[in-house]
Amino acid sequence: MRWTYKLPLRLRSLLHKQRADAELDEELEFHVQAQASAYVARGMEPDAAHSAALRALGGVTQIKEECRDTRRMNFLDNLGQDLRFSFRMLVRNPGFSVMAVLCLTLAIGANAAVFSWIEGLLLRPFPAVARQDRLVVLVGTNRASGENGASSTDYTASSWPDFQDFRRNATLFDSFIADKIMGTTVSIGDRAERVAGSVVSANYFDALGVHPQLGRGFEAADETGRNAHPVTVISYWIWKERYHGDPAIVGKTQMLNGVQHTIIGVAPEGFYGTFVGWPIQFWVPVSMQEVFEPGGYKLEDRNARWIEGFARLKDGVTLEQAQEQLSTMAKQLEAQYPATNRGHDVKLLPLWKAPFNGAAELLPILQILLAVVFVVLLIACSNVSNLLMVRSFARQHEMTVRLAVGARKGRLVQQLLTEGLILSTIAVAGGLAVAYFCRNLLVVFFPAPSGLVANLKGEIDWRVLAFSAVVCLVSTMMFALMPAVQAGKVDLAGSLKTESASVFGARTKARIRSLLVVIQVSLSFVLLVSAVLLIQSMQRIRKSDPGFVTESLLTTGIDLAAAGYDATRARDFQARLMDRLAALPGVESAAIARVRPFSYQTYSSNLIAVDGYQAGPEEQPSAEYNEVGPAYFRTLGIPLLSGREFTDADNETSEPVAIVNEKMVAKYWHGDDPVGKRLQLKDKSLRVVGVAHMAKYGSFGEAPKPFFYVPLRQNFSVRTTVSIRTTKDASAMAADLTRLIHDLDPNLAASEVITMRQHINRSALRSQQVAVALLSIFGGLALLLAAVGLYGVISYSVSQGKREMGLRMALGARPEHLLRLVLSNGLRLTAIGIVVGAVAALLVTRLFVGLLYHVSPRDPVAFSSAFAVMAVASVAACFFPAWRAMRTDPVRAIRD
Amino acid sequence: MGKPTDLVQGTLDLLVLKTVELQPMHGWGIAQRIRQISNEVLQVNQGALYPALHRLEQQGWIRAKWGESDNNRRAKYYSLTRDGAKYMRAQHEQWNRLSVAIAAVLETT
Repeated sequence: MRWTYKLPLRLRSLLHKQRADAELDEELEFHVQAQASAYVARGMEPDAAHSAALRALGGVTQIKEECRDTRRMNFLDNLGQDLRFSFRMLVRNPGFSVMAVLCLTLAIGANAAVFSWIEGLLLRPFPAVARQDRLVVLVGTNRASGENGASSTDYTASSWPDFQDFRRNATLFDSFIADKIMGTTVSIGDRAERVAGSVVSANYFDALGVHPQLGRGFEAADETGRNAHPVTVISYWIWKERYHGDPAIVGKTQMLNGVQHTIIGVAPEGFYGTFVGWPIQFWVPVSMQEVFEPGGYKLEDRNARWIEGFARLKDGVTLEQAQEQLSTMAKQLEAQYPATNRGHDVKLLPLWKAPFNGAAELLPILQILLAVVFVVLLIACSNVSNLLMVRSFARQHEMTVRLAVGARKGRLVQQLLTEGLILSTIAVAGGLAVAYFCRNLLVVFFPAPSGLVANLKGEIDWRVLAFSAVVCLVSTMMFALMPAVQAGKVDLAGSLKTESASVFGARTKARIRSLLVVIQVSLSFVLLVSAVLLIQSMQRIRKSDPGFVTESLLTTGIDLAAAGYDATRARDFQARLMDRLAALPGVESAAIARVRPFSYQTYSSNLIAVDGYQAGPEEQPSAEYNEVGPAYFRTLGIPLLSGREFTDADNETSEPVAIVNEKMVAKYWHGDDPVGKRLQLKDKSLRVVGVAHMAKYGSFGEAPKPFFYVPLRQNFSVRTTVSIRTTKDASAMAADLTRLIHDLDPNLAASEVITMRQHINRSALRSQQVAVALLSIFGGLALLLAAVGLYGVISYSVSQGKREMGLRMALGARPEHLLRLVLSNGLRLTAIGIVVGAVAALLVTRLFVGLLYHVSPRDPVAFSSAFAVMAVASVAACFFPAWRAMRTDPVRAIRD
Repeated sequence: MGKPTDLVQGTLDLLVLKTVELQPMHGWGIAQRIRQISNEVLQVNQGALYPALHRLEQQGWIRAKWGESDNNRRAKYYSLTRDGAKYMRAQHEQWNRLSVAIAAVLETT
């Protein structure tokens, strides 16, 4: 009721300002007239009566202003005024404005970019997928995985039968989506290229809410039957680029991994699949698993855990409820199938915690980055704050006059905040542009393995815009509030009396500016320490020992599966290739293996049993293993502590054998030499023929784990990698290898030939490199901002203290004294900043201990080098003002 | 009788509301009425009156309408709203309590 009356009134005073003002005039005019007539009635002269009436009313202008003030919407009026005025002020000081906007643009742009990456890669990573907030990741856990106590990141994939059970019986879910990325070489026309594909459940497209642009998605029937449905949906990109947008593509066939697949659909533009990192170019149903996923037929094996799953929660169902239901079901499965499911549970995770795709790698980096860019924002804000403080001295006269003619102090603060808001709004616009241009920047840091195109795109949507708006407001508050409040505290009488003197006396302001510089120095110190720590860690990784000799070791892969080789042909090819390779001059030895160390590709893993080893109640002994060819250990340089290496004699017809690592000996044979003893691998009994030295298998950070090797010939895989120990360099070897392979089969080609060190660096250093690169950029930026801030404060205090300098000189101070005076002034600030920063760094660097390899977060080298850099930068920043102080002309300084 | 008393801070609102309770009045009329009724004791500071009127209007206690004055001039007439009446009664009671309390204090000392 009240609002129906008040709102129009307020809107009127805002929108029809002039009419409201006119009415006010009329109202007051009427009052004066009425009062005057009353006076006339008492016998006054009309003229005198009029002026008496005006006097009785008091200052008409003040009344009007007061009435306007009571209109609550007034602040919007003022805003318009302030905006116009602020623009004029900013344009009048282009140097200041450009500087401030530049500072803020960099900082806000960095924040927006990082948030757009978080949005596009972690929070809503799958463009074109509907309602990603209801989508969760489904992973398995194993209570007894390894005696070291499974860390929380030790997730397993899921098996298809388990997945089917969940799908059938779980009630809190809209759908379960099975997905497994794989790579293959696709030849279309005369062009062959490596692309990523996905083996998916038939409901994949429907459950994601993605509708193929042409043709159809999969049908329930496509899931059934071993290799029975060679159909595929191809990506929009492949369709456009490789099939030239052929409108009749549906129904045509394409050879994939040696099997003719019928193309049944084309995915819509902008859909890249459900894997963070690489765009998926084609999809096949799970029934085709055996063709694409190594390790045999897995659809009926509960122990074959290979599916990277997603689930879509029903509306209103919380993650906890869903988790509870699935855990209950996992318990039932454990009871029902103890042989395969004992100790296995499932876990639902939000998308950004997905352990199996690029998100796992990006998460820690983006977390650190978010913190870093926030620090940069703080530094930039304190810098702009400092600039504003300096300017507020220059504008003191203006402020004083405005106060003297009756402006309220709140009004001044509002005006200054408006100016700040304009600065940060411009900066946000610029920052969003920066974010837009940087949305693909991460790809630069994460070079994809040969041939694949990385897809690490930031997403700028309304959430990013909202985030930027918040950053804008927050930063305005941070940088403009303090100077504004300070400006409001002008001492009227004092300032009007003597301008310059009162400025010099503004102790508080000087102290605040010093404080801001200390903050900047300490924050940049923290960033510097972090950057140095990460650089150290990266160097350690570069030099660290993976357990084999990486010098003069080259590696490559030959995808026989994609070329359609069956086992017999592949065996023959591999044998001939190894013979020819070993015979090449300059090649010391060469070996094949299914998986090379430090790959995304997973090792085989299965249940094992050892005579005399008693498993714990919840434990299902299992271990990872690699299928390797003869001379593998010699080629990689993994020392054998006991027994022998695999040879050509370890083939299909001879006794199954294995070589185990030290950790396995310690765990299963209690340290006794196991050579000659037996190892049960699922239903196969292997004789241990050797013990290998420990090595790193997947990453430098991994804990030593039980691991063993079996001969490739006895556990055959068509897909293999080749390692070559040679004194030749990679490019020469690549040429030789190409010729050699061409001789054997003209249709084949090896993938890129690189050194083993390069290969390891690509996988082990990726996160580190990004973190180092970005931290160095931001650390440098922060350092620069802090130095500018320091320079500003010192040079300002020098210019203000000119008279004092002159006096000192006149009284006999030598120039060196003044130099020392000014320098020590600035360096004192730096020193305080460094101490504060060091304490903060000690607290902060612990947070990214996960990214540090063999480097203590309190490494003294990191702290002292950060100290050195900071010290040099601040001396440089203070030196110029100090030098100017030294050259003060005493006569002129005193006379001025 | 001494000099007209300045209005106690904060009571102007109450007096204005009370004055416009019976019939719509314009600003000058309100000032005159307050003076008359209080037997010239209460002198409304005319400079404070209009801001007060606008404030009360903004708060929705009174509403304004343009009308004809006695001498056929356009004048802005203020009248009490229902909310305003409620507000006035509350203020009135508070005033009563206050004056009783002050009187009690003055009489006992």
